[in-house]
Amino acid sequence: MEVKANIKSMKYDDFKDNEALEKMVEELRANGTNIVVGCLDDAINWGRSNSLWPLTFATSCCGIEFMSIGAARYDMARFGFEVTRASPRQADFIMVAGTIVHKMAPVLKRLYDQMAEPKYVVAVGGCAVSGGPFKNSYHVVRGVGEILPVDVYIPGCPPRPEAILYGMMQLQRKVKVENFFGGVNRQEQKPIEESQD
Amino acid sequence: MANIQEKITTFLPEAVFEEGQYPTFTVPAEKLPALARMLHDDADLQFDNLAALVGNDWGDTLGVVYYLNSVKYNHWVILKAATADRENPILYSVSDVWANANFEEREVYDFFGIRFIGHPDMRRIFLRGDWAGYPLRKDYDTSRENNRVPTESEENNDKTISLSVNADGKIETKIIDIFDKDDYIINIGPQHPATHGVMHFRTALDGEIIKKIDVHCGYIHRGIEKLWEGMTYPQTLHMTDRLDYLSACQNRHALCMCIEEAMQVEVPQRAQYIRTMMDELMRINSHLLFFSTLAMDLGSVTALCYGFREREKVLDIFDETCGARMSLNYNTIGGVMADIHPNFQRRIKELIAIMPGALKEYHNLFSNNVIARNRMIGMGNLSLDDAIRYNMTGPSGRGSGWACDVRKRNPYAVYDKVEFDEVLYTEGDSYARYMVRMKEIEQSLHILEQLVDNIPEGDFAVKMKPIIKVPEGRYFKQVEASRGAFGIYLESRGEKNPYRLKVVSPGYSLVGAIDHLVKGSKIADLITIGASLDYVVPDIDR
Amino acid sequence: MQDNIFDFSIVTQWIDTFLRTYIPDWGALLIEFVLIGLALLLLYALIALALIYGERKICAFFQCRLGPNRVGPLGLFQSIADMLKILIKELIDIKHTDKFLFNLAPYLVILSSMLAFGCMPFGKGLQVLDFNIGVFFIMAVSSIGVLGILLAGWSSNNKYTLIGAMRSGAQMISYELSIGLSMLAVVVYAGTMQTSQLVDQQVTNGWFIFTGHIPMFIAFVIYLIAGTAETNRGPFDLPEAESELTAGYHTEYSGIHFGFYYLAEYLNMFIVAGIASLLFLGGWAPLHIGGWEAFNNIMDYIPSIIWFFGKTAVMMFIIMWFKWTFPRLRIDQLLHLEWKYLVPIGFVNLLLVVLMTIFKIHF
Repeated sequence: MEVKANIKSMKYDDFKDNEALEKMVEELRANGTNIVVGCLDDAINWGRSNSLWPLTFATSCCGIEFMSIGAARYDMARFGFEVTRASPRQADFIMVAGTIVHKMAPVLKRLYDQMAEPKYVVAVGGCAVSGGPFKNSYHVVRGVGEILPVDVYIPGCPPRPEAILYGMMQLQRKVKVENFFGGVNRQEQKPIEESQD
Repeated sequence: MANIQEKITTFLPEAVFEEGQYPTFTVPAEKLPALARMLHDDADLQFDNLAALVGNDWGDTLGVVYYLNSVKYNHWVILKAATADRENPILYSVSDVWANANFEEREVYDFFGIRFIGHPDMRRIFLRGDWAGYPLRKDYDTSRENNRVPTESEENNDKTISLSVNADGKIETKIIDIFDKDDYIINIGPQHPATHGVMHFRTALDGEIIKKIDVHCGYIHRGIEKLWEGMTYPQTLHMTDRLDYLSACQNRHALCMCIEEAMQVEVPQRAQYIRTMMDELMRINSHLLFFSTLAMDLGSVTALCYGFREREKVLDIFDETCGARMSLNYNTIGGVMADIHPNFQRRIKELIAIMPGALKEYHNLFSNNVIARNRMIGMGNLSLDDAIRYNMTGPSGRGSGWACDVRKRNPYAVYDKVEFDEVLYTEGDSYARYMVRMKEIEQSLHILEQLVDNIPEGDFAVKMKPIIKVPEGRYFKQVEASRGAFGIYLESRGEKNPYRLKVVSPGYSLVGAIDHLVKGSKIADLITIGASLDYVVPDIDR
Repeated sequence: MQDNIFDFSIVTQWIDTFLRTYIPDWGALLIEFVLIGLALLLLYALIALALIYGERKICAFFQCRLGPNRVGPLGLFQSIADMLKILIKELIDIKHTDKFLFNLAPYLVILSSMLAFGCMPFGKGLQVLDFNIGVFFIMAVSSIGVLGILLAGWSSNNKYTLIGAMRSGAQMISYELSIGLSMLAVVVYAGTMQTSQLVDQQVTNGWFIFTGHIPMFIAFVIYLIAGTAETNRGPFDLPEAESELTAGYHTEYSGIHFGFYYLAEYLNMFIVAGIASLLFLGGWAPLHIGGWEAFNNIMDYIPSIIWFFGKTAVMMFIIMWFKWTFPRLRIDQLLHLEWKYLVPIGFVNLLLVVLMTIFKIHF
């Protein structure tokens, strides 16, 4: 498969959820790729995927685990995620670590809007994925998918640092198969219709 | 106790006495401020600490329960005031008597719609100004159509209202501007690296000097208290770990203890020992994180990594016994979930062995650094009186010399069997608060040292039914969590789920005092002081 | 004694004569200008990338971590990946900013560090700008940088950036005084402002820090402190104090404009370290110890360019060491340190140097 051939540095068999990635590649490559452009794409994607700078954003417990992966034992600097930027303008992806509530939702949306393209969203933890244990609450957004286009979901409450790193590597893989020229990778999806119950 | 009853009934004959966990008095609303003032000022009573202020919806009436405590005599009294007017409920404020009532009453207004006469700042604090309804009322409509996820940020409306009674007994509403007209206001938060979560400080500046801070909470208000009302008792437990995730054990301990006391369950000794040890491990974990984040806020990123290095060792112990690093879900009603891991004792001994060296390293790197000392010493001074007035418990209060450790005052679990010192500093500045925590790590290690080899054999839990019914009544239980006295208020009507379950979080009082602490200092000091208070936002917002 | 040191001017002279034999003078000059410009730009970028990588590894070392190790062998290509990404990142057009100043500011910062960079004596015969007021020129161009920072803070129309810019304005202007005083001490001592002559003197007589007794050492320490402050690095990184002002004056910049600030920060560190080695540690002068002829000869065989970069690297390591050890100062403490300690000490020290030079009580 294309994904297998494209990402040599990260072994195909080491990862799960390859189907989603393959589907994405299929869609992107539907019209074929120019060789020159393809090579340039590879170079650019190599740069991008190896230099994903997170925005320092955390609302609750998952944020502490996010700090853990920055510290000595897990050390996300190994992958080049090291430079956490406090300003959204300079960050590449936003890690939504923690519950998002009604009052926070517009703030998060604005933060996302302030980021420069290309930008990615990683939903960390049960709350960010679906609302988690607080799903039935009157003030909790049921997953950031309702307000932002999410690239990677990392479940857990809070996810272990290993899980977060795995999720971040999945994001790297996703970036590696993107197209820079000739195609729009990610259209702003309309937010998922809020579930009514 | 007779003394208290006598004094109150002579002062206010209408007060209705009721037996309970503590003597309880139901007071007519309009008489409450005078009674509160008397209780606070009377030399024999000295109820100088408002431990909890709980709003409540009793169906036909809306009201508030006050838990008063005297620091000097360590006696308690409960006051109740209610109003039958559900359309426009009005009570009287006690915020001039106890300063922490300011924020607590705003919370009650936010959740129950009760407005307080004499309160200086009657705004919502957790929810947005345009929120429809009062969520903790029993008749609140929780459907999503009622309040949709907003797409626009709230406009900053720096106006507030205050109610007062004028000469003819009519209630007047006054609109107050929070800031002066030409103040230079910056928004610190809700997304800001130094607010330790999602806190929003509207800060008026004069150059680099802070003139005033207006605190906005609720950016992670998850409505846990409302969720609890629909849960069975064992289900309620797992939310506590997500309140203050750095006091997960202690919080859950409080709730378990509260339910056990109500059910009159005898917890096995083994479980008591394990609980105590887990609490202390959690405290070490929390204080190490405090050290790390404080150092990071002051710009010393290396110290952060050092703190985390040792913290991982504590997390390893949790990981083996509980299967999780942060949300432990370990305590349960009647004991603990599972027995300890075979490595538990060995790991703790290893921790006890390495920690003194690590602490020395922290002190060399950070505590004794001249820059760090200059940034902390003399910053954010808090006097003993103010600490009590604002109900700033925990290490923050002990930094001002208030001996408020629940473990000493009202021992629970096996704290009466171990020997440890209550760390007290009298300076009341950021450095004192910092040092209290660093010394408390040593004390926690000392407690662990005494317990680690003496865990008695036996059951780790008594078997409980999956659905339990707590006898009718009102219960209040405090534990010493990592950042102060963590209280659980439980009101039961004998059903399988609680009628009202409220968290009295230590962080909420800390944030309530922040304006008082930082006024006149610089922006950089706000960061230092905020870090030295060590509040955790999900604990405040619930 | 200095005959053993390889003179790079042989190479440059050869290129010059080679060009002039085939092309008219003006053409040769033009080609040389372009060549030198390209070489400088390339070196500038390379040094910055190497520094970013170096800083990350050193920081990781201090913090018991590994640092980048996935991108290329030992993570060597990490900063190249960063550069690639930052080059093609979106430049956000922000409403209500002063467009012209907003876009001008990063170039001013880069320009200032570029110009100062040109004055570095990289090795014997390897210097681009060298004229009789060299030290003065360095001082002058490096203070253009503060303009860029102030403009960035002002034009972004953001309260955080404004506070950051005001802080850095106060900080850099104050600390320039100390830098000036310690530089002045060296100039008084050497009797020249030309960088090449400063180095020549140190080659023949020994490094100033050794010959100049205690006063020169004091000047060196003051220079190091003030130089660290001048580059806005920890513990003086108030203008961009993360925990207070998110990202300080460059909060609103994205893409390559932010990249410029990022590069300039590291290059400024290189320049400060380079000037420290030029003024106090002999520039590219090899280490000589009086009387040890054999040792001195061996030292001479090490190329001068390695001497310069070696000394600069040591200085940069010390500056990084500061950053990863100390907490951040507060703005009033920062100014307190400068105006109440460094400036008076600097003045007294200058007086000592003057006396020392007049009475010739130095080695």
